[in-house]
Amino acid sequence: MSKDGIKLKINKKRYGLIILVLSLVLVLSIGFFSVIGTANIRPLDVLRIVLSKMPIINKHIEIEDLPDSYEAIIWTIRLPRVLLGVLVGASLSMAGAAFQGLFKNPMADPYVIGISSGAAFGATIAIVFGINISILNISSISIFAFIGALAAVFLVVNMARFNHKIPTTTLLLSGIATGQFLTAIMSLFMVMNSKDLAKIVYWTMGTLAGKGWKPLVSISIPSIISMVLMNFFVKDLNILLTGEESAQSLGVDVERVKTYILILGTFMVSMSVSISGIIGFVGLIIPHMVRLVLGADHKILLPASALVGGIFMISADLVARTVISPMELPVGIITALFGGPFFLYLLRASRKQA
Amino acid sequence: MSVIDVKDLQFGYRSEKVIDDLSFMINRASLVSLIGPNGSGKSTIIKLLSNIYRPWKGKIFLEGQDINSYKRKELARKIALVPQNTIINYEFTVEDIVLMGRYPHKKRFQREDEEDLRIAHRAMEDTNTLHLKDKIVTEISGGERQRVIIAKALAQNPSIILLDEPTAHLDLNHQIEVLNLLRNLNKEKGTTIIIAIHDINLATIYSDEIFMLSSGKIVDKGRPEEVITKGNIEFVYNLEVAIDRNKYTNSLSITPINI
Repeated sequence: MSKDGIKLKINKKRYGLIILVLSLVLVLSIGFFSVIGTANIRPLDVLRIVLSKMPIINKHIEIEDLPDSYEAIIWTIRLPRVLLGVLVGASLSMAGAAFQGLFKNPMADPYVIGISSGAAFGATIAIVFGINISILNISSISIFAFIGALAAVFLVVNMARFNHKIPTTTLLLSGIATGQFLTAIMSLFMVMNSKDLAKIVYWTMGTLAGKGWKPLVSISIPSIISMVLMNFFVKDLNILLTGEESAQSLGVDVERVKTYILILGTFMVSMSVSISGIIGFVGLIIPHMVRLVLGADHKILLPASALVGGIFMISADLVARTVISPMELPVGIITALFGGPFFLYLLRASRKQA
Repeated sequence: MSVIDVKDLQFGYRSEKVIDDLSFMINRASLVSLIGPNGSGKSTIIKLLSNIYRPWKGKIFLEGQDINSYKRKELARKIALVPQNTIINYEFTVEDIVLMGRYPHKKRFQREDEEDLRIAHRAMEDTNTLHLKDKIVTEISGGERQRVIIAKALAQNPSIILLDEPTAHLDLNHQIEVLNLLRNLNKEKGTTIIIAIHDINLATIYSDEIFMLSSGKIVDKGRPEEVITKGNIEFVYNLEVAIDRNKYTNSLSITPINI
């Protein structure tokens, strides 16, 4: 990935600072994007509504003067939507960054390699057949999404494997074929079940609209835990980039580490997909942008990708909900508008390298 | 004193046997070259010794103890591997790469500290790569990269270094540079060095001992003068050669003559 050499020199000691700055930008973005929307509500009023929901200080916040609809829009619609966007963007980006390192493959992205479709397929099965078994407060839809995604990823990886290697071309081909196939079956199920084509479009293009607090709360803890756990493997991911034999000779338990990373990444993606549907290319664009600026070290790449992914996702969602306001676009359309050309650019770059 | 003791080793890929009933010993602090034609099993032996491949049969003893009884990191503190033609396409600095050699000395959540940095810097000094430490590894030459990979191996603080074709893909001057470096390590620190190498002349100059391989068997082993003979070369490479003593280095040198 030798680029043009234009690159910030990042001192190891700056990692904490970078994370801090990105976190601040994320928090500001959350505030900013909660203010912007079809209904014009003043920033100060937004802050008052949010504070009025906080324990302890809510006694001092009076919002009687604001219309009830404001409270509903901010508290039950926009804020959970923005927070869900952060979680989805962060999960997809971190998983993308980890998979690109794991497969030593710049094109690995949860959407491109079929994991997202596998998750959506699993979720659809749970929805269509009305399966209802929740474990540890995780809904059956999320659990089935995880099972579907795991099945898809092991299928894709095994089909793509060739002489103990996973070449870019076969990974892309088997990922896209599997993804399209599962999406087709999923759409078929939905048509037969609900005749609601709009729902299918929103599910296969992905949307953050109209979810409320409940799904956000149910996936937030498992998603955040899996993201934290992923950071346990940053050293191993770095070493894997220097080659598997090298990693093995340094004492890395290569097969086991790869399995853990694959399962963790698949898990965080399926949690997101089970709520938002398939949102493509986020896990491709964000890690590349972050790597371009901060370098290949996963110690900074993983957390920074998650934070930037969160910011990117809520920005894309802002476009999705305001560009043809009061109508909405599925946010997956916006990410694909960015991601498609970017994907082609990367393909071209990697072809040149080969 | 042997540091590695290989007994009745058998190994192959799929159903094809590559290493057949191999037994040998490696003396501590020696510099040993494995030579032989393509497919003779040089690289395979290197990978078996570094425990990347599991033998079908037989055992490898490291300091008298079965290599499989070592924990992964424990083994990596004793044996370092420099794989064939390592290409790193990711933008790590040279220092990042060398510090990876400290991995087997650290627990999962332990950060690299001053001590690790000091060891990494010494490894870079020894391999003449310290001036490259902030360079991006994708932007240095092949010879420099090979030295960086050797620095990473040194940072592991191993008593044995295995190298798979360390001079392939290098210009002659860089080949000599790398081999000089290995000889110095061997002489000054007593590091045991095992090299799979194609170039017989270079192997003859640098090695204490040469193992000549053919079809997964050791045809002959011993001091270069004992192994590099007209008969052996003809048998293993099917090539007629003249063997002279080089008047500058006083080492043997072979020249193919049926050309």
